[in-house]
Amino acid sequence: MISESFEYHVPKTIEEALGMIGEFGDESKVLAGGHSLLPMMKLRLASPKHLIDIGRIGALRYIRESEGQLELGALTTHFEIESSSLLKSKCPLLPETAREIGDVQVCNRGTLGGSLVHADPAADWPAAMLAVEAEMVARGPHGERKIRARDFFVDLMATALQSDELLTAIRVSPLPARTGDAYLKLHHPASGFAVVGVAVRLTLAESGSIGEARVGVTGVGAKPYRAEETERLLAGKSPTAKRLEEAAAHAADGVDANSDLYASGDYRKHLAAVYARRAIQRAAERAAGR
Amino acid sequence: MATKYLGERIKRKEDPRLIQGRGHYVDDLKLGGMAHLAFARSPHAHARIKSIDAGAAVATPGVLAVYTGEELKGQVGFVPCAAGLEGLKIPDHPCLATGTVHYLGEPVAAVVATSRYGARDAAEKIEVDYEPLPAVLDMEKALVKGSPRVHEHLTDNTAFVAKLEAGDWNAVRQDASLKVIKQRLINQRLAPASMETRGVVASYSPGEDTLTVWSSTQIPHILKTQLAIMSKLDEARCRVITPEVGGGFGSKLNVYGEEGVACFASRKLGRPVKWIEGRRENMLATIHGRDQINDLEIYAKPDGKVAGFRCRILASMGAYHQLLTPAIPTLTALMILGAYDIKNVFVETVGVFTNEMSTDAYRGAGRPEATYIIERAMDLVAFELKMDPVEVRRKNFPSSGKDISMATGVVYDTANYEKPLKKALRLAGYNRLRKEQERLRKKGKYLGIGVSTYVEICAMGPSSRMPGGGWESGTVRVEPTGKVTVLSGTSPHGQGEETTFAQIVAEQLGVSFDDVTVYHGDTSVVPMGIGTFGSRTTAVGGSAIYYASERIKKKMAKFAAARLGVKPGELLFRDGKIETSDGAKSVPFGSIVVDAYSAKTLPAGVEPGLFEQFVFEPPNYTYPFGAHIAVVEIDEETGEVRLRDYFAVDDCGRILNPLLVDGQIHGGLAQGIGQALWEEHVYDESGQLLTGTFMDYALPKAGCFPWFHTANTETRTPVNPLGVKGVGEAGTIGSTPAVVNAVVDALRPLGVRHVDMPLKPEKIWKLMKGNAGDGGR
Repeated sequence: MISESFEYHVPKTIEEALGMIGEFGDESKVLAGGHSLLPMMKLRLASPKHLIDIGRIGALRYIRESEGQLELGALTTHFEIESSSLLKSKCPLLPETAREIGDVQVCNRGTLGGSLVHADPAADWPAAMLAVEAEMVARGPHGERKIRARDFFVDLMATALQSDELLTAIRVSPLPARTGDAYLKLHHPASGFAVVGVAVRLTLAESGSIGEARVGVTGVGAKPYRAEETERLLAGKSPTAKRLEEAAAHAADGVDANSDLYASGDYRKHLAAVYARRAIQRAAERAAGR
Repeated sequence: MATKYLGERIKRKEDPRLIQGRGHYVDDLKLGGMAHLAFARSPHAHARIKSIDAGAAVATPGVLAVYTGEELKGQVGFVPCAAGLEGLKIPDHPCLATGTVHYLGEPVAAVVATSRYGARDAAEKIEVDYEPLPAVLDMEKALVKGSPRVHEHLTDNTAFVAKLEAGDWNAVRQDASLKVIKQRLINQRLAPASMETRGVVASYSPGEDTLTVWSSTQIPHILKTQLAIMSKLDEARCRVITPEVGGGFGSKLNVYGEEGVACFASRKLGRPVKWIEGRRENMLATIHGRDQINDLEIYAKPDGKVAGFRCRILASMGAYHQLLTPAIPTLTALMILGAYDIKNVFVETVGVFTNEMSTDAYRGAGRPEATYIIERAMDLVAFELKMDPVEVRRKNFPSSGKDISMATGVVYDTANYEKPLKKALRLAGYNRLRKEQERLRKKGKYLGIGVSTYVEICAMGPSSRMPGGGWESGTVRVEPTGKVTVLSGTSPHGQGEETTFAQIVAEQLGVSFDDVTVYHGDTSVVPMGIGTFGSRTTAVGGSAIYYASERIKKKMAKFAAARLGVKPGELLFRDGKIETSDGAKSVPFGSIVVDAYSAKTLPAGVEPGLFEQFVFEPPNYTYPFGAHIAVVEIDEETGEVRLRDYFAVDDCGRILNPLLVDGQIHGGLAQGIGQALWEEHVYDESGQLLTGTFMDYALPKAGCFPWFHTANTETRTPVNPLGVKGVGEAGTIGSTPAVVNAVVDALRPLGVRHVDMPLKPEKIWKLMKGNAGDGGR
């Protein structure tokens, strides 16, 4: 469990980091919390020649509210999210998701941005990002651009981030009125990752029927996705148990499901339906209480 | 014995240094000129080595040497196997492969370099040209005529066949009233996964011609003897030191090839050589546990009494034998009747070679398999006869008492199985749970209650039954200042005997617990010993220390009697004094110590000094027992199992320190429940390991468990003077079947009578969907 040798770089600013990424290109990897990259390097599955440790760029580590949006620096740790009172009141889905991640060490070191860029198909954050329609802020040599969550996750461990870009921040909108959210997952007993995880943000109309529901699913396929058929079946309907079950049954429609030693594709699809129903149910209850 | 320390909940002497990170493990050792060792390992389960090109590795800066199996030939002996069984095939087991590799991860070449990183990088550069050979992974296919062979020079893949038979099988077969219940059970392969991986530092001094080895081992003395033989060195010039060991669970009750290579390299280079195993190496190339297929035939009377029990055990050896590999499944056969008086028994055990890492002792070592077999069998009888599983067990318990002869040939020291069962049923609220289960079943909810009334064999053991002797040594030395030094031939590594042994000696000599210091794990300090395994350390090693302190007392009493003008037999040792029972006459303990060392006036026939040794030979094993009850809930939609409650009532004989007994039970339960619910080491059909990291191998964490409800009964053993039986493995042995029984019990309304481990949610979901056939396989 010893990695190959590498050059270690510690940029102090975002600009310096971008310069290094530009200079070293494909031979480099950006190190954030290190809880995905370092194990891969120790297993020699990743062997970057240059490691660019952005961990000391303080400007990437914050949680703040500006212009009616919540913004999280890419280096914000899972624990900082879990314990943020601002997020607990304005976007409780994020602390709820953080609580389901890894163990104490991972939560203290692992970062939101690092997890998103790594794009592990069983990671927890992508489901939540999809449900809250987060915006990823990327900085590159030509400036800043925003990427919608549903465009960000491209494939297995692949994102829309260009090789010369750095993910700097994540923007989410605060929970509107009459809206509830929830994240539920089946933990893999070894890794703690999501065998299946479902995040929901659901708004009730004045009438009590469902205005809009957004359902993000992780763990099932090669990349996280929005369960669009489920969302469509929920919109405008009253949240009865039967309706939720019918809609949730489509949570893995058309997905080429992963199969491994722990869970087959069929089982994952079944879990997606069960967990979607439970998460929708919980989000609906919470929405009714607001 | 008066009790001042024994039976008390005393905190461990070991903990302050361990908790503060001030203990010293092998990897903490840094010696001048120390070089580092790394291995190139086989990426194939079975392949011929066509050529090895170490050129690039040799040319790497900092590399001191590269060795292959060819260079070790004749220089380093084979990895030893101590098990002796009739007809056992023992293939030569070189420290580095020669000609053919037989399992994934087998060491093929070794690199010594000035840095650990440099050694690893150079090992990656060794080019080996392999010609893959068919791999043998499936035990049943391995036994079919014409199967590819693990060892081409052997006629087949059978390592040994052992039979154990007793009773009147003609009568059993002719009894038409008996119900015959057949079932196959799979006891999956596990990784011992101690927190500290293996590690060794070998330091050869060319001038003195001495070899000192620091090793993370459970058996320093045996290791010293074996390394001397392997290295062809005068044993008197070898020394093994065992610093802190971060867990072993049997995996360090072994002599490994890497240790032989480290000794060879140090001798060749004349400098210390360190090897620290990586976690991935640990998963691949440290022994694995379990891995048996058990085919059961139970002959039950209509009232639940079992008349006959047959079992065929297929036990995977892996590719080679490690120290005790073939002996482990023989313990399964020996304990297969558990706590039940079954007169007719037949067990056939077949050891099978496969292209996998060797199996060997892992916490429980053969007994968890036995207990799983018989405890599942009791539940199968209950299922078939529609009886309560507790009732079936009661029908089959022998009457309580001493020296219970079993059909398997073993004699249980003491037995009182009803006692812990009754206590566990009360603790769990068994009848209430059954009523709750009824209510929930009507609502379509699954609640399961699982019982296991285990008995195990430990305090290993009488020398007649142990490959290399089963005695243990203890030395007690009262220093001239009155402080007490204790030396033990055992090698505790987390069990806490620095505390327990000090309790025994302090109690015996009437001195303060703080004045007693226990040493172990250095072959130049401790005269001789066997080690720590098989729940033997307190029962066997503690008894040796008890008797050694008796010898000290006898001697001191002679000095004291001369001073006080009384007979030595009248004297008691308490509170730092040696005194008559009425307290009328006394002399300070320290004064007698001075008398013994100044030796001015010696009682007739008494030598100066106060250091005594005793080697304890146990007349029998001990047989701890207990009753465990697991309560599980199953998610009716997903099949997820939630362990709601766990009740463990264990009888490990006399309890010297309840805190340590609780600790052993808690840890043991975690490992036993881990096997039932989560853990499995899986090779694919080509022999690649699918569970080689903790991302895939599900080692349980503290958060996986509810708080365990533990309690004890105390049935002292007559086998040793302390009355202790041993508790190191009981938690693991008793718990696995309790959990599986609970899950199967939950699924009873579906007609499910067995599910193989680990009880992954998908298996259970399929059973609930009703499309998995028998057993969820």
